[in-house]
Amino acid sequence: MAKLTKIKTRLTGDETEVLVLVNHPMETGQRKDSKTGEKIPAHYIQKMSFALNGKVVAEANLGPAVSKNPLTAIRVKGTKTGDTIKVSWSDNQGESGAAEAAV
Amino acid sequence: MKRRTFLQGTLAGSALAVAAGAGLLTPTAVLAADWPKNAFDAKSEADAVSALFGSSSAAENSAIKVTAPIQAENGSVVPVKVDAPLDGVEGIAVMVEKNPSPLATNIDMSGGGASGYYSTRIKMGSTSKVTAYVKAGGKLHTASQTVKVTIGGCGG
Repeated sequence: MAKLTKIKTRLTGDETEVLVLVNHPMETGQRKDSKTGEKIPAHYIQKMSFALNGKVVAEANLGPAVSKNPLTAIRVKGTKTGDTIKVSWSDNQGESGAAEAAV
Repeated sequence: MKRRTFLQGTLAGSALAVAAGAGLLTPTAVLAADWPKNAFDAKSEADAVSALFGSSSAAENSAIKVTAPIQAENGSVVPVKVDAPLDGVEGIAVMVEKNPSPLATNIDMSGGGASGYYSTRIKMGSTSKVTAYVKAGGKLHTASQTVKVTIGGCGG
């Protein structure tokens, strides 16, 4: 199942705010299925990395306590119009996704 | 509509997991090696901080701003923003004191190129203090804010 990854950038001065939205259930592994009473297996994003023009600037670790469809934002320094920012993520069930945007 | 697709998705997901048989636990083992499992499994805030940064001694720093709602109606989505205008920020971690595992998320910025800012949305089980730990210049700085939660977001 491909999960939608959206990325949005906003340039102020030489800093770019990068907003990332991933459609992801972020299951904690604690919830029970109301019909079967079985636990829903944990399924959450663990790594999210941000790269500016191919160079990694920040790497986030996410835990099950991050809300579903996580919206994450960081600020990248020293950017200018035309730079590319790439975000890639992977979860605990081996799924991954990426998105790229120009500033 | 949304709920239906969500339920179908979960059912399909659990069927797959069952098909994997004894492999139920394997996904955790296959993970990216550098995901700090110890820190995420830690049951106390101090343990999580030391697992992450190597030490749990931190000084309060009023320059760091933690922006979160004072009262969150729904604990499953609590927006938290950490703004740390310090030099050489290497990492930021967000902790929720009363959650079963306090560490919600952390970000490593030691590569440089990113400023001390991190915004995310977290789940909270009950009213608790939300603390940001910021590592800058080899030292740990903290700032916190208490968030009141009306409906918990763990368990749904």
